[in-house]
Amino acid sequence: MTETFSIQNHLRDLRLPFCPGCGIFTVMDAFLRAVHELGYEDLSKFVFCSGIGCSSWICSPYFKADSIHTPHGRSIPVATGIKLFHLDRDVVIFGGDGDIVGIGLSHFIHAARRNLDALVIMVNNMVYGMTGGQVAPTTPFNMKTTTTPYGSFEQPLDAARLAATAGACYSARWTTAHPKELRESIKKAIKMKGFRFIEVVSQCPTAYGRRAGFKNVSEMLKWFKENATPIQQAETMSKTELEERIVVGKFVERRRPTIVENIYAMIKEAQTDER
Amino acid sequence: MKSPEPNRYFWQGNEACVEGAITAGCRFFAGYPITPASEIAEHMSKRLPRIGGIAIQMEDEMASIGAIIGASWAGAKAMTATSGPGFSLMQEFIGYAFMTETPCVIVDVQRAGPSTGQATKCAQGDVMQSRWGTHGDYSAIVLSPNSVQEMFTLTVRAFNLAEKYRTPVILLSDETITHMREQITVPPPDSVKTTNRKKPRAEETAFFGSEEIPPMPTVGQGFNIAVTGSTHDEYGIRFTADSNVHRKLVERLNNKIRNHTEEISDVESYNAEDCRIGIVSYGCTSRAVYEAVEKAEAEGIKTGYIRLKTIWPFPEKIVGKLAEKADKIIVPELNLRQIYYEVERTAKGLAKVIPLNKIGGGELITPEELLAKILQEAEEND
Repeated sequence: MTETFSIQNHLRDLRLPFCPGCGIFTVMDAFLRAVHELGYEDLSKFVFCSGIGCSSWICSPYFKADSIHTPHGRSIPVATGIKLFHLDRDVVIFGGDGDIVGIGLSHFIHAARRNLDALVIMVNNMVYGMTGGQVAPTTPFNMKTTTTPYGSFEQPLDAARLAATAGACYSARWTTAHPKELRESIKKAIKMKGFRFIEVVSQCPTAYGRRAGFKNVSEMLKWFKENATPIQQAETMSKTELEERIVVGKFVERRRPTIVENIYAMIKEAQTDER
Repeated sequence: MKSPEPNRYFWQGNEACVEGAITAGCRFFAGYPITPASEIAEHMSKRLPRIGGIAIQMEDEMASIGAIIGASWAGAKAMTATSGPGFSLMQEFIGYAFMTETPCVIVDVQRAGPSTGQATKCAQGDVMQSRWGTHGDYSAIVLSPNSVQEMFTLTVRAFNLAEKYRTPVILLSDETITHMREQITVPPPDSVKTTNRKKPRAEETAFFGSEEIPPMPTVGQGFNIAVTGSTHDEYGIRFTADSNVHRKLVERLNNKIRNHTEEISDVESYNAEDCRIGIVSYGCTSRAVYEAVEKAEAEGIKTGYIRLKTIWPFPEKIVGKLAEKADKIIVPELNLRQIYYEVERTAKGLAKVIPLNKIGGGELITPEELLAKILQEAEEND
């Protein structure tokens, strides 16, 4: 760290489109600070990929970097093609809960299974924000949204746990009320290999917060903080006790061969095959 | 599995497609199993690792085409292969590749549809889908091989056109052409013309405009590329409300194909300038035309044909000229009329356009059936 951190150094000279109070600012700041604290002067070591939704705009086109903004839910397949052919860049994917574990869920599970060398940062605002606040696979039970006006009748998906189960090398969940923990988690994930997943529970004051009865952003952040339960503690609690809680912390951290390592070992072997 | 030496071989169409792709420079393949295209994925998986390339089976067809688009931005010549049901799933990304000017090749081996249809049976029902399948204002380049040899040569051409025009190119084949085996001559690799995308100079920044076909950088080279399927300016910056930015971009994307129709068009023709009965055909169906025309001529009927090796952009001028000469144009197809309407539109009433259609069971239109049609139409003419 030679210079003091300035977010502007990493952003194109464009006006950011996010609503006032959006959790995306916290995520953007945490990522760029993490990169800075790891000693990177710019973002040239990374290739960014994202899909459709507010959080897919974090990198595209605002980061001064290569960014590929794909169709809805399809950032992971595009990132797979990039990483397998362009090994020397770190692929980072930004996306929302709808993008990554709604429409793109199958790609997410398969990327974790095949241990794709990529970091996925999922901003979970528990709602489809860009389209006006429809129910998401992450919306809490009974929550009123524009497509569940009498309350959601489905259970939400636990993305961080799913990533760990499917084979990720690293999976963690934090909230925008935990910026320091989030930044440390991003730093750890950047330094690791294989499939890494960080879920950030985040506030959407426009399409979620006001319908959920929060008067302002700080009330939402307070809710995150008060409901956050460290994973070690959560493991001792019952399912009923855990309802309405946000389990935070590290779900998994391990080393296993990545797809890049495996595929290039296979290619090396194939080239010596005399058939 | 080693690279084949230049020689004559007895190959299946799908195998020839793979060797054509590799000769063209393809080093990345992603696909999902589907009859009758699976042999392409299988053969790619044997061949590419041997030459340092990558073949991967993805979780579905959307992921397959997504991966080749990513690989293309990483600098690869990349391909996927599928059949109707998978081709439907790929349409979203075909539009994305068009909008982001990503060169790639998509092979659609047609089988009988709609839906799962008859998975192992030949058909030509995806002709209009290959042109209009994705949403929005789009122009397609679609090639149609009619032999195992052309599964090789037109795959090479598909890559060359994709690289030249910076656009997805579709090789629209069918079950008959890809599953049959026949003799093929593999040329020495250095005798095959290959095209590579135009690379930007170090100081260039406009990768999505200013030129008709802009240069294409690779990720990781320091260009800070912004790629998006949203409407964007020449620097790749998203403009989702400005009408002029959208017009300028989408008109250029369409014009870069439409304005080069003659250069892209490729037909095989016989007696097109001097015939009473003309035939416009493509793919497997065109194989019945040679014998039928020969026999019709033996009966004293002046017959000619145009075989479309590129279906889209449709060679309007070439087919229009045939309509000026011929009294009637027969359009045989293994569908319920698709190119027929295009020929009728292009003929502008100068020739009577007659459909000859068959579907189901992979049954081809035989030379006898086509000859009977020619004789019937010639008689009615008198």
